[in-house]
Amino acid sequence: MGGSASLLPREALSEFQELTFLSKQEILLAYKRFSALLPKEERVAVCSARVPKSQILTLPELRANPFQHRICHVFSTSEDGDDSMSFEDFLDMLSVFSDSATSDIKSHYAFRIFDFDDDGTLDRKDLEKLVNCLTGQGEESRLSNAEMEQLIRNILEESDIDKDGTINLSEFQHVISRSPDFASSFKIVL
Amino acid sequence: ELWLPEDVPAAAPAGFLQQLPSYQSALRRRAGGSREQRAGAQGAAGLRAAEPRGPEQHGGEPAARPAREQPLSIAEKRRLRDCQQADIKYLSGWKQWKRTSSKSFKKVLNEAKEFSSYLELWRRDIHSIEGKFGTGIQSYFSFLRFLVLLNFIIFLLMFSFVTLPSIISKYGIFNSSVAKILPKNIEPHCTVYKPSGNEGLVYFYTYLKDLLSGTGFLEVTSLFYGYYTIDAAWLSAMRYNLPLAYLLATFAYLALSLIWIIKRSVDGFKQNLVHGEDQFQSYCNKVFAGWDFCITDPNAARLKHRSLLYELQTDLEEERLKQKIADRTMKEKLHIYSLRICINIIVFAVLSGCFYSIYRATAFSQENSNDVSDTNFQPNLLVQYLPSIVITLANFIAPLIFSFLIRLEDYSPAFEIRLTLMRCVFVRLANIGVLLFSLWSHISGCATDKCKACGYNYELYPCWESEVGQEMYKLTIFDFIIILAVTLFLDFPRKLLVTHCSCKPVQWCGLREFGISDNVLEIVYGQTICWIGTFFSPLLPAIVTIKYFIIFYIKKISLMHTCKTAARPLRASSSNFFFLVVLLIGLVLAFIPLGISIAHISSSKACGPFRSFNTSWAVVPDTVSGFPAGLQQVLHGIASEAFAVPFFMVICLVMFYFIALAGAHKRVVEQLREQLVMESRDKLFLIRKITEAQRH
Repeated sequence: MGGSASLLPREALSEFQELTFLSKQEILLAYKRFSALLPKEERVAVCSARVPKSQILTLPELRANPFQHRICHVFSTSEDGDDSMSFEDFLDMLSVFSDSATSDIKSHYAFRIFDFDDDGTLDRKDLEKLVNCLTGQGEESRLSNAEMEQLIRNILEESDIDKDGTINLSEFQHVISRSPDFASSFKIVL
Repeated sequence: ELWLPEDVPAAAPAGFLQQLPSYQSALRRRAGGSREQRAGAQGAAGLRAAEPRGPEQHGGEPAARPAREQPLSIAEKRRLRDCQQADIKYLSGWKQWKRTSSKSFKKVLNEAKEFSSYLELWRRDIHSIEGKFGTGIQSYFSFLRFLVLLNFIIFLLMFSFVTLPSIISKYGIFNSSVAKILPKNIEPHCTVYKPSGNEGLVYFYTYLKDLLSGTGFLEVTSLFYGYYTIDAAWLSAMRYNLPLAYLLATFAYLALSLIWIIKRSVDGFKQNLVHGEDQFQSYCNKVFAGWDFCITDPNAARLKHRSLLYELQTDLEEERLKQKIADRTMKEKLHIYSLRICINIIVFAVLSGCFYSIYRATAFSQENSNDVSDTNFQPNLLVQYLPSIVITLANFIAPLIFSFLIRLEDYSPAFEIRLTLMRCVFVRLANIGVLLFSLWSHISGCATDKCKACGYNYELYPCWESEVGQEMYKLTIFDFIIILAVTLFLDFPRKLLVTHCSCKPVQWCGLREFGISDNVLEIVYGQTICWIGTFFSPLLPAIVTIKYFIIFYIKKISLMHTCKTAARPLRASSSNFFFLVVLLIGLVLAFIPLGISIAHISSSKACGPFRSFNTSWAVVPDTVSGFPAGLQQVLHGIASEAFAVPFFMVICLVMFYFIALAGAHKRVVEQLREQLVMESRDKLFLIRKITEAQRH
């Protein structure tokens, strides 16, 4: 690591333990990985530095993820809208994706990640974009229009309780609570 | 008909919809730095004021939820926590103390959890498998780890309660002693048992043969039932009832396995089944929880995209197929059903063929292995292993036949997979049952009167429990050898062939697929043998633990280097559920042979701790008759009909109550759903009316 790397102060460590779902080891590992993303000069003040989105997307955990841009957008608290992440944003992200996060928190953030137009509901366009993310980025790896219609109709039938054509947060959380795969798939561990 | 938001003119409703209380509360929960809130109609000022007070919704009572469970960024959580701590000052002393003590308790729990995560076996291996192959295959390896732990605990149980006291008392450590009471009222010819422990000079290969078949020097060790020929033991002046301990340890390990498996299946299956839909097949599950966020390898990501596309397309097609099935004419239905009946008859015939060949093989093996002398090494070993070989062949051929036949039966793809799996499970587990049945018919087959006096065939099987233990031991060893051999001699050469030879047929064949269900059936088969065999061979769980430990590494290497993943792997949750259901079926199937051996077949009079009893179970009534009179009456009362019938009726009443309650809840949920739909329609209708009124 070299002499230019600073260590996380102990009060900050225990505060992060209290405010996130991460264990001490996980926070220290996150600190190490985050510092590695910064250029050498900025490594002394890790807690106040911001890493641009392009750097964050080089992490192996996000590199292969089709939702990488949405994840950066949702967790970034940047005022400029450039989706850069500070160390606290990074910890927030890892905390939501950790093993011990409650299913409530996970479903809340999953909703925000899947809400591509940020309007607070999942409508047909959001669902279309979601399915395209899942099946891949090529032209031959998309569902046909008829299949997409059928799929979205089925999804809305299962989850849209008040039949308004969109899925709001409560409906989403309700359908996620009955989904057996969600807890094991919505997980990132460094 | 759907009142879509697009029906309503664009300008006004956006403003209206954003002022609705439900929308505001969703925004409050999201109280982060999103720009749209500042633009919201009247919400902004009220919103900022509402932020820190958001969680405090019940009068002056501070938020019950700790800061980290709120969906906010760390900076906001910090502010929230400071607010909460400032509010603590206003609490009474008792509540303050409660708060601080619960906080420190939670801290201690976290530390303990962190520590125990270090002790987790194979954490890094499973994590890397998950990153490269997704959660479906990772669930197989987690299952394997669970079985290693289960077998280790069973071994500790049997060792500490059965083997250790026997060794201590036999070797006289701590002033212990042992007593062998010759059973009374038993014909002397039944008690003759002379296991040949390989005295004198023997060839080296005899040791190898003994190691592989459990005879010779292994037969007299603590591995098998015959070693525990102790009727009473004293551990430094305390009497230790070894027969009772042996039986109770058996029941304990069966109960422990049952409870642990049920607990694990409930953990992974916390769903409320109010709607009764198929949870694993729901589209929402596949789309919202479809992507494994833990995948780190771009190749694995590509594979996952493909498999998701394939899965969604197949499911949509299956739905269209259902429509086609419903449209079948009478003639077609008749044709299909008669075809299915024919195929089921063929399946039945295949199964009978398997069972009959196993029965004959066991009979042949039993007849010949007792006659041939030690000079013929190879044929003798082959004869000994004949049942294992036939079972393995049957386990290999039958699934192939089933997967061919199922295509002719014209079921939907999901049902096809399930039915084939169920048939394979049945074949594998029933094969063990047939082997044991065939063994027992030999053991209890009595022609002469002398034999009937003992209750079992004392000439061929003076110590029949050891024989059964040896069969289980041979099955375990052979299973392990087969898994090793298939990986070494089939998978690796195949991989070499595929990488270096580029001719068409070889490339078309390709690498072997890592079939999760086949692998799971393999290890469940081994585990069922372990459960049955532990009663007859108390150290068998240790061997099975080591076997599964090695198999983990074999499978991991085989997966990484020689296999490719299936086009449509099972999902993690349905995999977990399926594994545990099959394991549970294996456990229940293991109860039957054990129950029959313990309670029905006379225990051997020449060896073992149950010499002085008729059957192994008889030690329990014997012990109960030694209890004080009051306790005896209570126990007899519990086991009598006067208690059992009212108890059964009460249980039925409780069950009917819960069924009625569930039905009532279901009706209420349906009514509430309908009400929600009507409310939403009302809302949009009113908005429409208001905008129309506004325009005038």
